[in-house]
Amino acid sequence: MFKNVYNWIDERLDITPIWRDVADHEVPEHVNPAHHFSAFVYCFGGLTFFITVIQILSGMFLTMYYVPDIINAYASVEYLQTKVAFGKIVRGMHHWGASLVIVMMFLHTMRVFFTGSYKAPREMNWVVGMLIFFVMLGLGLTGYLLPWDNKAYFATKVTLEIANSVPFMGPVLKELMQGGSIAGAETLTRFFALHVFFLPAVLLILLVGHFIMIRRQGISGPL
Amino acid sequence: MSSLNEEEESLPQEPPSRNEMSRRQFLTYTLGGATAFMGAGVILPMVRFAVDPILQKKGEGEFIKVAEASKITEEPQEFTFELPQQDGWYASTAMLTAWIRKDANGDIYALSPICKHLGCTVGWNNNKAHPDEYHCPCHGARYTKQGRQLAVAAKPLDQYTTKIDGGWVYLGEIVPNTVSAKEA
Repeated sequence: MFKNVYNWIDERLDITPIWRDVADHEVPEHVNPAHHFSAFVYCFGGLTFFITVIQILSGMFLTMYYVPDIINAYASVEYLQTKVAFGKIVRGMHHWGASLVIVMMFLHTMRVFFTGSYKAPREMNWVVGMLIFFVMLGLGLTGYLLPWDNKAYFATKVTLEIANSVPFMGPVLKELMQGGSIAGAETLTRFFALHVFFLPAVLLILLVGHFIMIRRQGISGPL
Repeated sequence: MSSLNEEEESLPQEPPSRNEMSRRQFLTYTLGGATAFMGAGVILPMVRFAVDPILQKKGEGEFIKVAEASKITEEPQEFTFELPQQDGWYASTAMLTAWIRKDANGDIYALSPICKHLGCTVGWNNNKAHPDEYHCPCHGARYTKQGRQLAVAAKPLDQYTTKIDGGWVYLGEIVPNTVSAKEA
């Protein structure tokens, strides 16, 4: 049944080569934990991506209940957390995944650094990876405000003060981030827009670049 | 030579086919099953989370004290009342309207003024061309005192469940009309 559907589409669109390009390639021995157990360090990039997929999915589902509004944000989070079935689980996935994705990304960066994989000809992929790192930090930062509880509010206050301390353009940067002269309603909608639309869009573009480059150049050789 | 040839031909050319799963197939199934299990672990909580509104227990129809029974006449009268409602994290009160009257036997019933055509609000005796009828200003639907449809609408006006307690009329949830069928 599934095979028939696949064949029907494949006859028309010739999708098998695309699938081959994406997934059908050999894993070199030196990155395969079945050959050398220590090669598990090569899994961190894939784990980062796996958690990113969970973040995107759980985030999509959370917006079914969440509202980015200073009156209702906390109430809606409390509602989805306490009244909706599996609300604790779905928000928990997003909450813990947010930290875990940073951890995995950091371990992935360490692996790339200590295996020297950033060297020529892969410098551009290192740069793109660094951009992904900062986008991820931005996602963590903007997402932190959204529950609109005390921790979120004062953590964002601190962030805004840090932005304020940037030489010359600090005050402008702060006002741009908070969307006005106080941290309030407009800060929340602004952070929500960044967290849900702008940063994920940038992240996906960067990830595509990251993956195209690794497929083009292949994984770096053994040490 | 010929005998050698014969011997070769008598040897089995292929191993006998056995109804066994190949190693490749076993590994494919195992990998697919493990992937499906992990995928389900991620997706199922989210799906349950998303469909929760249709699985939430609906609140039992609460009765609201609306009017004094002694003030109900055979002529329909309009009463408005407040229904407290919880919409997710947002608590509010809905303003509802009922047209209440008693029939010749003294039985009290309350009609919902929501037109069964397209949901506008009907009024009693509000059109001079059609006296003593419910009339809807949107598309001219008309109903009798009992709520039976006369024009445009396909169904009679809905009713509130009613309860008389201590001289007061209490109204509950909205149900399909039962009084219009008794009409002669």
